[in-house]
Amino acid sequence: MAESSEFEPKIIAFLCNWCTYTGADLAGTSRLQYPPNVRIIRLMCSGAVDPMYVLKADLAGADGILIGGCHPGDCHYQEGNYKARRRVIALKEILKSAGFDEDRIWLRWISASEGARFAETVREMTEALYAKGPNPMRQTWAV
Amino acid sequence: MKTSLPVENGNALAALQGFLKSLLEKQLVDVLLTPMRTPSGSITPALVSDPALLEHADPLAPVLPLNAATWAGKVSLRSPRPRVAAVLRSCEARALIELTKMAQASLDDLLIIALDCAGTYTPSVYLRKQQDQSDHPLWVDLYAAIRQKPDLPNPELRPACQICEQPLFENAPIRLRLLESDLEHEVLIEVQDEIAGNLNLTGEVGNGRAPEVEAFIAARTQARDQAFAEIRARLEGEEGITGVFAACIRCHNCMTVCPICYCKTCVFKSHVFDHDPMKYWEWSRQKGAQRMPPDTMLFHLTRQNHMALSCVGCGMCTDACPSELPVGLVFRAVAQRLQQTFDYLPGRNAEEPLPLVTFKADEWTEVGE
Repeated sequence: MAESSEFEPKIIAFLCNWCTYTGADLAGTSRLQYPPNVRIIRLMCSGAVDPMYVLKADLAGADGILIGGCHPGDCHYQEGNYKARRRVIALKEILKSAGFDEDRIWLRWISASEGARFAETVREMTEALYAKGPNPMRQTWAV
Repeated sequence: MKTSLPVENGNALAALQGFLKSLLEKQLVDVLLTPMRTPSGSITPALVSDPALLEHADPLAPVLPLNAATWAGKVSLRSPRPRVAAVLRSCEARALIELTKMAQASLDDLLIIALDCAGTYTPSVYLRKQQDQSDHPLWVDLYAAIRQKPDLPNPELRPACQICEQPLFENAPIRLRLLESDLEHEVLIEVQDEIAGNLNLTGEVGNGRAPEVEAFIAARTQARDQAFAEIRARLEGEEGITGVFAACIRCHNCMTVCPICYCKTCVFKSHVFDHDPMKYWEWSRQKGAQRMPPDTMLFHLTRQNHMALSCVGCGMCTDACPSELPVGLVFRAVAQRLQQTFDYLPGRNAEEPLPLVTFKADEWTEVGE
């Protein structure tokens, strides 16, 4: 693949409809600036994020994957985010044991009113990924 | 309750067959799932209802053609159902416990008869070895060797058995304590009091493991830890899991034989992974080339994600791999840490919920902040 000399991290974000996606929307309507490195996929709940698609993004070469949900206790479906928490912990543990960099996957609780926290999270994650460099999976075709 | 079955003419198998027969004849159960010897000499689980046919029962034959938990599940799941007794090795019994949590088995009318396992061969190794000495059953030497030298490795066993530190399933209502038995003279068994009453068995209260069993388990644990260290060095090193599984052809054999992988509508057999030609081309352009079949690592990592918490380490996956990849070892190494994270041990307790279907509000509170 033609890798450009300037590395730009690509973040795939799985955001819950009720909190983090609305928070991201607030960041936009509030005209908050944050890096354009994030591609957002809206789901109804962080508990609806199938870890398989997180893996798929990682193996396809996404540099970072952000999963956003409501703060504990605030889930629109009562307990989806608690289940998401266990799933993400399990997934990261598996990735670590399998020799992957599990720190490319972030789980963050961001409420509908936390537009600034969303913008800050994307900034922070983009910076961390600049430091890490590209996901080696970008260049790995034999997966 | 601890008691023993007397062995005549050094034939422990006949004593066991007699015991199994008594379960049917005394109508403790309606039918018995047990390994049986076919006329060709191979071993297969069978559901036996005629006590006379139990002369072909051979639970001692050291071979594991498949993990019978799947079939114990299928005969126990729906009502009406017969009362079943299933003769299982530890890895089969533990898989069965996991299947109950996935609503794929029921322990309600299912009596587990667990046998202390000395390890098993693959079907082909078993047949070859047994044909070489047709009048002398393989289990005789296998159990005798452990009693004499419990820490001696046996490189002919299935790879999973060589590193199996759980050869006993100690919670069974009936347990055949074969590793502690002098099989020339007796088969020690442990039977729940109520069942013992029904069978008119008497004996003494007893518990604890014999020193030779402890030594056997310690040696296996050591072999396991060494195998884990070796595979982890590969997984965490330059090679990574993509290197370890590089020869995978995605035949799905490992999934098919896995007792835990029960889904009838597995996503990897679905249209989710059928793509348009332009999509394959796009992937090829992104990385310069695309392995075909694609999604090989996605398959293995997703399978780990789906079943590693319940992985009992039976190693059927390793036996089934045409590329001879250490599938089971990778799974066990990954699973060990995962199971520790959730303080979960598959097969330990049927009442314990699967970690990913439950949660506590006040755990891992630092995550996500």
